[in-house]
Amino acid sequence: MATQTPQTSTSEHVTAGLLPRIGRSLAVVPALGWLVGVLCAVIIEYVIGDTLAVMLYLPKVPALFGTTLVLKQPLLFPSALLFVLLVYVLPIGVVARLSAGWTNRAAVVLERVPIWLSVLVHLGLLYAVLHVWTEASDYRLQVAKLIMIAVMLTLSINVINGYMGEFSCSHPGFMALGAYASSVFTLLLFKQDRLFGAALLPESLGPYFFPIALVIGGAAAALGALVVAIPSFRTRGDYLAIISLAFMFIVKSAIENIEPIGGPRGMGGQPQWSTLPAVFAGMAICIWIINNFVRSTMGKALNAVRDNEIAADAMTVNTRRTKMVAFMFGAFWAGVAGGFYAHEVRHVTPGSFGIQMLAEILAMVYFGGLNSVVGSIVGAVSISMISEILKPLQLYKWIIIPLILILVMIFRPTGLVAFRDFDIKRILGARR
Amino acid sequence: MNAAAQNNPALLEVIEMTHFFGGLRAVHDYNLTLMPGQIRGLIGPNGAGKTTIFNLITGIHTPTQGRIELEGRSLVGLRPHQIAASGLGRTFQNMLLWRHMTVLEHVKLAHYAQLKYGLAGAFFGSRLRYAEEQRVADNSMRLLETFDVARFADQIVTNLPYGVQRRVEMARAMATEPKVLFLDEPTAGMTPEELVQMIGIIRKIHEEFKVAILLIEHRLKFVMELCERIQTLVFGEVIAEGTPEEIKNNPDVIEAYLGKEEVA
Repeated sequence: MATQTPQTSTSEHVTAGLLPRIGRSLAVVPALGWLVGVLCAVIIEYVIGDTLAVMLYLPKVPALFGTTLVLKQPLLFPSALLFVLLVYVLPIGVVARLSAGWTNRAAVVLERVPIWLSVLVHLGLLYAVLHVWTEASDYRLQVAKLIMIAVMLTLSINVINGYMGEFSCSHPGFMALGAYASSVFTLLLFKQDRLFGAALLPESLGPYFFPIALVIGGAAAALGALVVAIPSFRTRGDYLAIISLAFMFIVKSAIENIEPIGGPRGMGGQPQWSTLPAVFAGMAICIWIINNFVRSTMGKALNAVRDNEIAADAMTVNTRRTKMVAFMFGAFWAGVAGGFYAHEVRHVTPGSFGIQMLAEILAMVYFGGLNSVVGSIVGAVSISMISEILKPLQLYKWIIIPLILILVMIFRPTGLVAFRDFDIKRILGARR
Repeated sequence: MNAAAQNNPALLEVIEMTHFFGGLRAVHDYNLTLMPGQIRGLIGPNGAGKTTIFNLITGIHTPTQGRIELEGRSLVGLRPHQIAASGLGRTFQNMLLWRHMTVLEHVKLAHYAQLKYGLAGAFFGSRLRYAEEQRVADNSMRLLETFDVARFADQIVTNLPYGVQRRVEMARAMATEPKVLFLDEPTAGMTPEELVQMIGIIRKIHEEFKVAILLIEHRLKFVMELCERIQTLVFGEVIAEGTPEEIKNNPDVIEAYLGKEEVA
């Protein structure tokens, strides 16, 4: 069925019956099959992308599926569409469908081995996809990395705003703390720079210490969360929102006024340690740990505190500790994401951790869905993508994204994929 | 029962508890001695302070004066979750279920204080965590079967009928392994048939789990049927205490409920 995809545009009268049939025939493809299909597509693009782009009068291989290009030069729409169809849609559909037989058999085999092994296989394939895809341009590479950082951020704020149901606005603050703490660590030890002078250790050792830098960033953010959590213990809802918003501004202006770390001019020259494998591994570990936590009974206590705190208390849940842990845990991952961010953009200023970043993070978490790991991933990827795609529209971007959000809030008030458990076994399982 | 408990056989003892909300005296000189395995009732008109007494004993409010002891240990000043974990379970008048959670998650979560794994286990998925989760899940399913709601285990509570929600709440309270169970108007909003079932459920809890029960209730028939002793509360003060028979014929109680008899 999938082989007929391009014909749907030419023969309109069969479309109505064809699309559901394609959908049904693709339903048998397991996650493994999709990954294989996408891998084939990105390899095809890697091999013939340039030639095909020339043939279709495209200036170069479209970086983000031709969308940015079309916004700049609308006349190229047919070429871009054809490129996407030929390079992505068609190969993915065909390969995924044709390989469904053996990928399903492989998925059955993987169901029998320990779950971590199966997850590693899938992650390996996903990484291969990303690796090949980002070979095309540095721009793509950066977009991919920033999206993965956004996934971490969104997940971490979902712990507080979604699972625990508090409206916390301090996430940019936590991220700033993480970014600065980890930057100070690496600049002090491994880099010759204008703020801290000569490096204390040889730079070649640096990448091995990157995880430590990230943990330090996360710990700094968690400490900041402690500072917010203590006065906001007795408040909920609006009051916590105000306190956390205040915290965000305090962090921003505190950093602006500390000259040794660059003040308002920021801090630059971090080594480029946020490589694709590093960010990918960071994201995978973040998803793993957060998902572990929110699915345990200890993590479900967050939901109980959100839905009814008095009942949670009466059912032996230590609500104060639960809130504290959730807050610091969420902040920790925001700090880690901040560390990755600092070592990716390699220049952080206090101004970048302000209200606009807060708006973006909140948009991601509320768009994707509260109380859901999948939702966070969907939200982070789609909002970052939309935001990147709409860049040619400049300021109008900030009209379109809020509009999308308003629509989502009207039709799905809790977000696209809210209140769903992230069941890895089911996602990776065979489709029979 | 240990040696200390034999000297002081009362399971739960409340002595001269008084509480003020600002200038309002909500509870005055309240005393209670609950023996192991006893079912007692607390009745009284609306606003008499019955739920306040529950909230004071379970730690939601701290009494202005007075002592509360469970098996000889003082509960005053402990936080609600500590009191709950030390063996004092309760249900709520308006149930207070968690609206986004499934029935099974409700009962599992009430095992919180019994979980043996720590945060590290929760984060990294230690072996102990999975063993514990399994144990708690099995135990929860057993409880759900006891209350005849096991078939709803994977449903979100808010989608369930009222009677089922009441049972889920009972199962949740029993999962905290209480020695004393406080039931706050367990029959509120129930039909007469459901009421009869509820009497059966409470009897069953009492026999199977060997808990002592303190019951707030509006419907006198229900209290009379279940309780060994009944206290009547009016404006925060106990005006009568005794067996159901004594309470039924007590002129003060009749007055509180029906008003004074006009003397022609």
